[in-house]
Amino acid sequence: MTFQTMVGELAYAFINTFLIFAFTLLGALPLGLIVYFCKKSRFLPLRWITEVYISVMRGTPLILQIMVIYYVPSLVFEITFPGNWRFYAVVVAFIVNYAAYFAEIYRGGIESIEIGQYEAAQVLGYGKLQTFVKIILPQMVKRTLPAVTNEVITLVKDTSLASAIGTIEMFTKAKQIAVSPRSPGMMTFLVAGVFYYVFNAIVAFVMKRIEKALNYYQ
Amino acid sequence: MHILDIQNVRKSFGDNEVLKDISLTVDKGEVVSVIGPSGSGKSTFLRCATLLETMDSGTLRYMDEPVATMENGRIVYTKDLKKVRGYFGLVFQNFNLFPHYSVLKNVTDAPIHVQKRPKEEVRAQALELLDAMGLGDKANAYPCQLSGGQKQRVSIVRALAMNPEILFFDEPTSALDPELTGEVLKVIRQLAEQSMTMVIVTHEMAFAHAISDRVIFMDGGVIVEQGTPQELFEGTKKERTRQFLQNYQR
Repeated sequence: MTFQTMVGELAYAFINTFLIFAFTLLGALPLGLIVYFCKKSRFLPLRWITEVYISVMRGTPLILQIMVIYYVPSLVFEITFPGNWRFYAVVVAFIVNYAAYFAEIYRGGIESIEIGQYEAAQVLGYGKLQTFVKIILPQMVKRTLPAVTNEVITLVKDTSLASAIGTIEMFTKAKQIAVSPRSPGMMTFLVAGVFYYVFNAIVAFVMKRIEKALNYYQ
Repeated sequence: MHILDIQNVRKSFGDNEVLKDISLTVDKGEVVSVIGPSGSGKSTFLRCATLLETMDSGTLRYMDEPVATMENGRIVYTKDLKKVRGYFGLVFQNFNLFPHYSVLKNVTDAPIHVQKRPKEEVRAQALELLDAMGLGDKANAYPCQLSGGQKQRVSIVRALAMNPEILFFDEPTSALDPELTGEVLKVIRQLAEQSMTMVIVTHEMAFAHAISDRVIFMDGGVIVEQGTPQELFEGTKKERTRQFLQNYQR
């Protein structure tokens, strides 16, 4: 296998890496908010369930969570999913895992907002939803952006854990190429590393731009 | 008709009884100052009147409409609090402007999205008010670009843009540098001249003396004395009031 073929195959597999990354963010960023609200719910059982959920998501390895979500439905409940379950299981695992972290980040951001903001909104007659959407949420986004950036960058690297169940993404591909006959060997992993690094550089750049765009107020 | 009629307010935080049977009525155009030492319950009283705290017992009416009433020994608040909140405005000690909104949006957002008034009308009124407060050139600035005095004037404009019947001030100059208090007091004085109904919790004695129709001295959760500024500042009959005012003059 030539160097060019190897890079080409990695690049092609990177599409899946990117898809896992993008779907996870699309799902986990809003789900994190819902988890936060569940944790703050006045309905006690919901609060407990949420506490347990967050604690399990943060307290066990993501690689194990991926395996549980992939294997348990078919092995324990004999449910088989149509389509590319290998891929969807990874996305589901990433979403529920990252939502737990995002929920905690949001909580930190929301709780750091001065009580006076709520009081001003209340006196002006804003409803609860209006207050949250118009007053609290935008300030929370700005305050939590650095922490969210951290998570997003970690997510890029975590996508490689999908290889634990053989989902085809860049890292799985790299492992396959590296052990194939007459492959560039370890060089494959180095190239994969460069892919991750460049992608994260782009992520960091974009997040920095967003942070800057929100710098119009303190 | 009283603009504000609040009777027999009691409020405790845990074992600490902060308000012990306080009553106050305010009529149209009246300027009432509330003075007293820290911890006397002035701010809590204001927060009860503006629905930021719920009273343990007592009654509250705005424009003769019952807001809180006693039923079988229990306090009951009306369901339509949104309407009630339209009757009053509150200016906070710490301004509490929305940092992510421009000055103009801070002022216009609630009239447009809460009161559902026409955008253009609200905008025109806001710009006029900002102009009158010497903030004509700050409409597009953000709160972080303003001085404390400017921020407080914006928050006064924000409250006024809701067209309230009565305006409450919770120590409006206490968070300001001394040289900035003047510009805020001037604006409040301006409002008094325009017969705005106001209740002002303040530590600015000379100011309270100059603009109030009535001064209330609170201590230990009760109204110790109330009367005209002359009666209170110049001829108080209560020893506690005299003590408090002496400490201030020193």
